[in-house]
Parts: sequence; structure tokens; C-alpha cells
Amino acid sequence: MGMTTAQKIFAAHLVDEPFAGTKVLGIDVVMCHEITTPIAIADLMARGKDRVFDKTKIKAVIDHVTPSKDSKTATQAKMLRDWARRHEIKDFFDIGANGVCHAIFPEKGFIRPGNTVIMGDSHTCTHGAFGAFAAGVGTTDLEVGILKGVCAFREPKTIRINLNGTLPKGVYAKDAILRVISELTVNGATDRVIEFGGPIVDAMTMESRMTLCNMAIEAGGTSGICAPDRVTVDYLWPFISDSFASKEAAVAEYAKWASDADAEYDKVIDLDLSNLTPLCTFGYKPDQVKSIEEMAGTPVDQVYVGSCTNGRIEDLRVAAQILKGKKIAPTVRGILSPATPQIYKEAVAEGLIQIFMDAGFCVTNPTCGACLGMSNGVLAEGEVCASTTNRNFMGRMGKGGMVHLLSPATAAASAIEGKLADPRKYL
Amino acid sequence: MKKFGGPALFLDRSDINTDEIIPAKYLTEITKEDLKPYLLEDLKLPGFDPKSEKTYGAGAVVTRANFGCGSSREHAPWVFEVNGIHVVIAESFARIFRQNMFNCGMAAIELAPAQIDRLFTFADAADATIEVDVANTTLTIKGGGREESMQFEISPFDKALVLAGGWVDYADSKY
Repeated sequence: MGMTTAQKIFAAHLVDEPFAGTKVLGIDVVMCHEITTPIAIADLMARGKDRVFDKTKIKAVIDHVTPSKDSKTATQAKMLRDWARRHEIKDFFDIGANGVCHAIFPEKGFIRPGNTVIMGDSHTCTHGAFGAFAAGVGTTDLEVGILKGVCAFREPKTIRINLNGTLPKGVYAKDAILRVISELTVNGATDRVIEFGGPIVDAMTMESRMTLCNMAIEAGGTSGICAPDRVTVDYLWPFISDSFASKEAAVAEYAKWASDADAEYDKVIDLDLSNLTPLCTFGYKPDQVKSIEEMAGTPVDQVYVGSCTNGRIEDLRVAAQILKGKKIAPTVRGILSPATPQIYKEAVAEGLIQIFMDAGFCVTNPTCGACLGMSNGVLAEGEVCASTTNRNFMGRMGKGGMVHLLSPATAAASAIEGKLADPRKYL
Repeated sequence: MKKFGGPALFLDRSDINTDEIIPAKYLTEITKEDLKPYLLEDLKLPGFDPKSEKTYGAGAVVTRANFGCGSSREHAPWVFEVNGIHVVIAESFARIFRQNMFNCGMAAIELAPAQIDRLFTFADAADATIEVDVANTTLTIKGGGREESMQFEISPFDKALVLAGGWVDYADSKY
């Protein structure tokens, strides 16, 4: 019997199996941000164990509230900053160089096929796009990861999702993953890895694959996973070119992590997306999904483009294409947060920022802030946001606020009309 | 090892998420104790008052499916912990929340829907109390002059974490 990608990664990283069904894995990349890490740091200090297992395998960024908005967030940032300096963590990203964790760490080439990745952040599943096993964990798991470089898991089964056909015009990775979540429901993938494949995934950029894997957690999934291929190698090439004679050699080497043809899946779901329409959530759970045709006309107060789901350069390009030469509705606040400084700079160079600003958008620095209602775009009671983010829980972007999750294209169209709108008429 | 049980708090809905358990705006606190006043602050359920004595006097939570979905924030188990709630009993949990509970030496107990329904028959009893014996994997609910006991299962690893007082102590002694 063949093995899935997740099974291969578990086998290659197994440190201990203290009980049947519990696997303690060695971790290749331990990622840290300023919200969930400081309490781990404080606990390690209180225990007299202020150490790191390997300073080259720890990556840290201040991203959730940056620049700090008050004394408390400044203290959190300082705790992470002081700790990173104290332990000589080279890959630490502070103001001027910081961006949304799940956008900046891939951009730096930190995640490779076959890696194990943990972070105290539920959207860590994003990094599975590189053929890695990447799981969000709590602060205690993070603390042990920092100290010992290990983490315990129940070995997850794998759900295989084949995205068949081709994506129609105006339909993107975000629509595809909303379709998948509506199929699986919010806990349909609990204790499961979601492996994405099929012709649509094969044709996707790494950015789109990250959008897919990013929302695996919204179906309860432990990690998203895409098989590493030529697209993966092209993305990673600036970081791996010294290690391989050619891209072909890298593709051949990484192929060992792809699931075997006879791998056993918990479930295989085939979805033909050739007739998919742009989608949008309603209600307060990410599996509550409708076609934009059904939702069009719903007034919105704010439109947000950004986050670890859809704050990457291709997302900005798609939205700018629709916004070019247009103004957003006077009743709408448009907010763009490019996910990293590099994305921001590219967007400036390509003239995208100009388009957003001419349309009436406010452009903020890279930060997670608005997505979880912490800063840079918090909603007031009763307000509605059309958002390219990943979670529409009640009050997620501000107490009493409502969030509709949608693609950057649908966000841009909605900004122009001041209500949820179908992007296809603008393309 | 912690004490597991006390007055029962019934939360009759599936998919109660981490934002409802502890809103993100409180994630800027840097001690667990500081989370104490914000328990379940944004949870809206008929008849539920987050600021009530019933909520703050509870020692155990009984709820439905997929409890703790959403964020990885360990602030969710911590806000229960600092309020003396060391056990949550549900049809099912989101993975990260469940692991966070055991990692803190607390218990996330899964029961079949029919058993959860049995526990909910005590929801109207003002004196409903649950006692959990993790070592022997039994729980007893009392209230309104009635009493019922049931067995539950937890994995040997999760049990070891509870007995060790959490994952840091367990891992530190072993790896």
C-alpha cells in the first residue's frame, strides 16, 4: 500500500510514539508571532528554561498589531523582539521588514517540501501548499517546539479533494476553497489533512495554492497539502538553486513527497468547478456559502483586501484590474493591506497602489490587524464588511460586525457598488 | 493534578468558536489571570448571560459538537482555567482546542450525542453538578434529585498529559 504525503512526512520525522496513535515529530520550522509567543517566553523564563532548540529553525515576526497600537501591544512586541535578539534569531522581522506571517515566511523560502511546520496560529495550514505538513498549535505546543523542537500529533488521515475542469472567468482559488468548505462543513476535516489535487490545482500558482491551503482549518483540517511540482520549484528556485543542478533535478527530488498513486485516503471528493460562480459567505460560519448572484445587492460598509488568505500580489492585481479608472461607492470604506513589504513594493512598481488610491482605498502597512478585529479596520456594531479574509465568525472584525468572505475580485466589485456585487461584469 | 468538576454550565449549541470563548481584542493580555473577566463574553445564546453568577461559578461545561473551532489561541482554555473550569464535555472538539486543553493538564471529554443529550436533561436543574474522575474515566452528574454516571474514553496520551499536569512537564522530562 502506498503512502500519502502526510504519512511520508510523519514517517520521516518520527521521534517517538509514546502511545499507539500518538506521534511525536521533529519540527523543521517553528514560527512565532507576537500574540501567542510572549506567554510561552514568559513561561520558559519562569521555569528557568529560557532556551531555543535551534535558532536557525525558529522564525519570528511581529504582524498582528503593528505598529503597536497601545502599551499592551507594544509590550507584546517588545517581549518577542527582546527574545529574538537574546537568542540571536536571525530570521526575525520587525517594523519596516514585517508582514503577515503566512505570507512573509513562504516569500523568504523558509518552507520546503517534506517539512514539518508549527506555529501558534491556526492558519499555519497555509504552508502545506509547498508539500509540507503545517499545523496550527497552541502556546504550550509552541513552547515545547521552541524548547525541544518536537510536537505531538494524532496521525491524521487524509481527505483528497480533486478540483477538476477549469476555473471560469471571475472565479479564483478563494471561490474554490469556499466551495470545498461548503462541501466538507466546518468540522468535516477535523483530525484530517486536506490534500488538494487535480487539473485546477496543477495549473495554480503557489499564491493560489496558499489561498486553498490557508482555509483548510475552516473545515477543521490539520493541514492543507498540495503535491510539490514544477510550480513549487519555480517559486523556491532563488533559495534552492545552490542545492540542485537544475530545476528538473529539484522537481525529481521533491516528487518523493507526493502521495503515491495507491495511497489510501479517508475520503476522495471530486469537484468539477467548470461551472462555479463567484461565491460569498452568509451567516457566521465559513461553510455558509452562496453564489454571489444570490447575495448581490447586500449593502456593505467596508471592503477589506488583505490577510494571509488574499493579500498577495496576484490578489492585488485582480482587484486593481477591476478598480482601474473607477471610484468606490461613497458609502464604502475601502482598505487595502498588502501582506508583506515586498508585495507592497511590487504593487507600487506595477502601479497597483495608485489604482487603489485613485479609486478611494486607504492603503495600510502589512498587518493582520483588521482580519481579527484588532486594529486598522475594526467594524462598529451592526456594520458589514466584504472581506478577502478567512473567518466570518460573529464579531470577528469587531463586536457586532458582520463579515462576508469573498475573493479579491468580488471585493473590488463590491467596493465599486457599495453592496455585494458580481465581479464578472467588470472583467 | 487539577480538580475536575463542579457546577455545570450548559451551552446548547454546536460550533461555539474561540472568538465567542475569548474575543481577539483580549489577546493583548500577557498573563492568564488578566483574561478572567472576559469568559464567554461574546457568546449569544438564549438564556445565557456571560456575566452571571452561574457562568462564573461553573466548574464544568457541557456543550455540543465542534466546540472551540477557529483560532489556535490557548487563551480559550486559559480563560476557563483561571475561572476554575477544568473540564469541557462535548460531542466533539476542534483539534487545536482539544489539544490545548490536554496540554494545560485539563480535560476535553468527548461523549456520543445520546450521552450528551442525557447530560442536557439536567440543564434545568439549578444545582446540576458534574464530577469527573480522569484516572478511572468516569463522570457523574447530579441535580434536581437525580444522579447518573457514565464512562468516557480519552486517549492514553491525553490521560498521561492530565496526570503529568500538561505537555511542558511531560515533554521536558522525556525529550
